[in-house]
Parts: sequence; C-alpha cells; structure tokens
Amino acid sequence: MAERIVIVGAGQAGGELAAGLRKQGYKGHILLLGDEAHPPYQRPPLSKGFLLGKVALSDLYLKPLETYARFDIEFKPGTRVEAIDRSSREVSPRDGSRLAYDKLVLATGGRARPLSLPGLEGTRLENLFSIRSLSDVEAMRGGFIPGNHLVIIGGGYVGLEVAAVAVQSGLRVTLLEAAPRLLSRVTGPEVSSFIERIHRERGVEFRLSCEVRGLELDEARRQVRGVSLACHGVPERLEADLVLVGIGLIPNTELASAAGLAVQNGIVVDEYACTADPDILAIGDCANQPSAYTGGRIRLESVPNAIEHARVAAATLMGKREPSAAIPWFWSDQYGLKLQMVGLSTGYEQCVTRGSVEHKEFSAFYLKDRRVIAADVIGRPAEFMAAKRLVSSRAEVDATRLGDVAVPLNSIAA
Amino acid sequence: MTKIKFIEADGKEHEVEAQEGQSVMQAALNNLVPGIVAECGGFASCATCHGYVDEAWRTKIPPPDAAEEAMIECAFHVQPNSRLTCQIKVTPALDGMVVRLPVSQTNE
Repeated sequence: MAERIVIVGAGQAGGELAAGLRKQGYKGHILLLGDEAHPPYQRPPLSKGFLLGKVALSDLYLKPLETYARFDIEFKPGTRVEAIDRSSREVSPRDGSRLAYDKLVLATGGRARPLSLPGLEGTRLENLFSIRSLSDVEAMRGGFIPGNHLVIIGGGYVGLEVAAVAVQSGLRVTLLEAAPRLLSRVTGPEVSSFIERIHRERGVEFRLSCEVRGLELDEARRQVRGVSLACHGVPERLEADLVLVGIGLIPNTELASAAGLAVQNGIVVDEYACTADPDILAIGDCANQPSAYTGGRIRLESVPNAIEHARVAAATLMGKREPSAAIPWFWSDQYGLKLQMVGLSTGYEQCVTRGSVEHKEFSAFYLKDRRVIAADVIGRPAEFMAAKRLVSSRAEVDATRLGDVAVPLNSIAA
Repeated sequence: MTKIKFIEADGKEHEVEAQEGQSVMQAALNNLVPGIVAECGGFASCATCHGYVDEAWRTKIPPPDAAEEAMIECAFHVQPNSRLTCQIKVTPALDGMVVRLPVSQTNE
C-alpha cells in the first residue's frame, strides 16, 4: 500500500477523498494541497444561501480545520502545484519545494469560463464577476446594493441562482442568454419556460437569443458601464452597475497535460479513477470518466459526482476495485423552490409532466425507448427518490400512468 | 459537549462529541463517521444522512418538518424512527443519543 498519498486540490472531491481514506483505515501519510486560503468547503451555497447572507462562512466548511489535524490529514492551504515530475514522483508547488508522493490524486476542479470579447483580453475589471470561489462572492458582495443594476451573462444554474438572490436583495436584474431558452443544455422546454416564469414574476428581465457584442468601459478602463448586445438582431445597450458572467466551467487539466497525461474534456481516467500512470488518479470536476449510466465517457460538474468519485478513488487506493454505478444528480434552489434533477436528458424523445406547473409543484420525466432517462423534480421532494429509482432501474413505463398524480410513482415501474 | 453514538449497519460504534447548535449530521462529518454521506450538505435534498433515532430520544427532538418528511417518505430502508440527521440540531438534551445508520449508506 502507498505510504504517502498527495491530493492536489482541496475542493469537495479532494476533501472527501482525504476523509474517505481515513474512514477506510488508511494508515499512511495524507497530504492535501489547496490553492485557496480555506479548507474544503461547499460551493453550491455560494450562489444561493451564502450570497443571500443566510449561510455563514463557517457553515460552508465541510469540516472544521481542526478535524484534518485530528485525523492526521496534513492540509496545506495557499499551495498551488505547478508541475508533476512523474519519474521522481514529486510535485512542485510555486514556492519551489518538491513534495514526494507514492500515489498522486488530481482533484483540481475547474475555473469559471471567462467572457471572450475582442479588446478585453487581460483587462481586469472591478465590477465584472464570476462565481467559483468564496473570494469571488466576497468581491461581488460590495456591489449588491439595492437599486443597482446587475447584468448576468448566461442563463445556466449559476446565473439563475444569482438572479434569484439579487432580486431578493433589491437589485434590478437583466439576464442575457445566447440560446432561445434558459437551461437549454440541461433541461427540456417545459422546465425552461417554468423557470423563466418564476423569475419574471419576481421582476427579472430576460434577453434570450441574445448576443453580447461588447462591454462599455469607463475612461480608466477599470469598470464596466454598460453592455451592448443584440437580441434577435436588434441592437441594444444596457447600463450596468455590475456584471456577472456565468457561462460554464473550464476543467483544470493543464497540470495533467503538461505531465503527459491524456486530456480530453477533462483528465482521462478509467472506471477506477486511474490515469494511464498507475500512480496518478484524477477525480471530480476535472476528470473524464467512463459512466455505467450513459455507457460512454462523461465529465460531470457536481457535488454528488465529486463524492462518488472520491469514494471510487479511495477504494482503488485501498487496493479494492469498486467502479461506480451512480446516477448523476443535481440540485438547485431559487426563491426557496427546490429543484432536484436526476439523470441526463440529452437525447430524450418524450417529456411527461406530472403535477401542477401552475402551483409550482411538478416533475418532468424524460423518456427514451419508453424508459425514464432523466427527471426534473420541482417542489415535490417526495417524488425525487422515486424518480431516482425509476432512472436507475431502467424499467419500461407507461407514459399515461406516469403523468397521472393519482397513480403512486413507486408503483409505476412495470 | 453532547455525546452522540452512531452505530453503523454492521454494528461498529462511533461515539463523538457534538457541539450545541450544529446538526447531528455535521457532528458525524466532523468525526469521519462512515455511513453519513451528506451529498447535499445539509439542505434536506438527498436523504444520504438518514439515521434511526433511538426511542428514548425521539421525543426530545422536534418532529420533522414537511420537507424532511417528504424526503424520508421515499428514502431507502425507512423505519418509524427514520430522520435526516442534517435536520436535527444538537442540544444538551440529546446527550447520550444513539443514532443507527441504514445499510444503504454503509457502502463507503
């Protein structure tokens, strides 16, 4: 067994792995390296309760700092690894030191995709934000002043969650989305239009099928003053006090590719979280893994995936082989409304809704070959676990019964 | 300090010291108790911090709210004393509490 395991990245996946190894009785040295100032923390509340001020900083920490020491996990914050030397099995942080490993786990996560506009390259703008880390939120908070106009670029979960918090905090919000509907990559039109409606009810304005043409800066080129765009070809200019860019995540794979490891939309690993180098594993948002659920390769950006992938890697490092059969799932929270999503709806043939869209309590089931491949559950948490089971069992279902709330969901799988 | 004892499905016991005000789930996480997965981080969204609260303490904690009940309704291996440990706040009255963990969360 490895005597010294080094984990690069102290996010949810890295922290979970360190803890998981100790839970499984690993006796060797565990070194957890994070480039932020904080121990592993929950990122989902950053765009929800934490931004709203309802979740305290200390409650974001997955475990208090003291826990790592107590379980003999050496945690080094503020340590960014710059290179891997596979022949000597060492990693080098920025300070020039070299840290030896027997097994190395890359849990490097991802970074927010920057807005790519001509003339903006390398310009640091004081009121242009993205949300990935605690410090991003702390920086943006200063602009969360009632009456301020927030322009959000990107109608995915991050943009929508921030929109919800912002209008609840008294800001005026306009959200720009390139696609004709919100959440177009991850959900069907029924749910997209529902989400659009709950935001419009609260006063969020939308520009869909919208192309961002440029940012207008102040004279010192330090702040954004306005956003110019074209909506269905019609040009428009919006004044902005602050701008949030939420257009996706770029996996942090540079360290791996510089070390000669295969990278293709993430660091390529097998079902045991191993790269082609037997001493290097990769987990979480940065890893591209085989998925029993899709039958192909997949890179997921989610907490449940980080936890599951850490579990698989811990087993591998303990000399066991435990590939995952987990079904991807995600959640969101907007205006206190609970959204739970299971499976991936890509390629679905039919959407069956169950419950009342009007009353904001419904589920949307995505069917392919008469089987439920994914579901979005909104305000009906009791149905979520049953929906999860329907997706994982791959059983054939009767669409009419599925859409009938009088038929208990648990009895639907044929 | 309030002592809480978690018992894994295979019988392995973990006695931990919990702090007042934190959730029973957090007390388990802080002490690396296997069998509390806590995927959603304590927002009653996933039912992976499910535990069975021993009879003697069931009356000492407030009953589950609607959101918790809805999640429990569809969790795995549900019993009358099933709770989501993320929704139980630690108070001195819970000292000595025993929480058994379902077999569905042991596969860590």
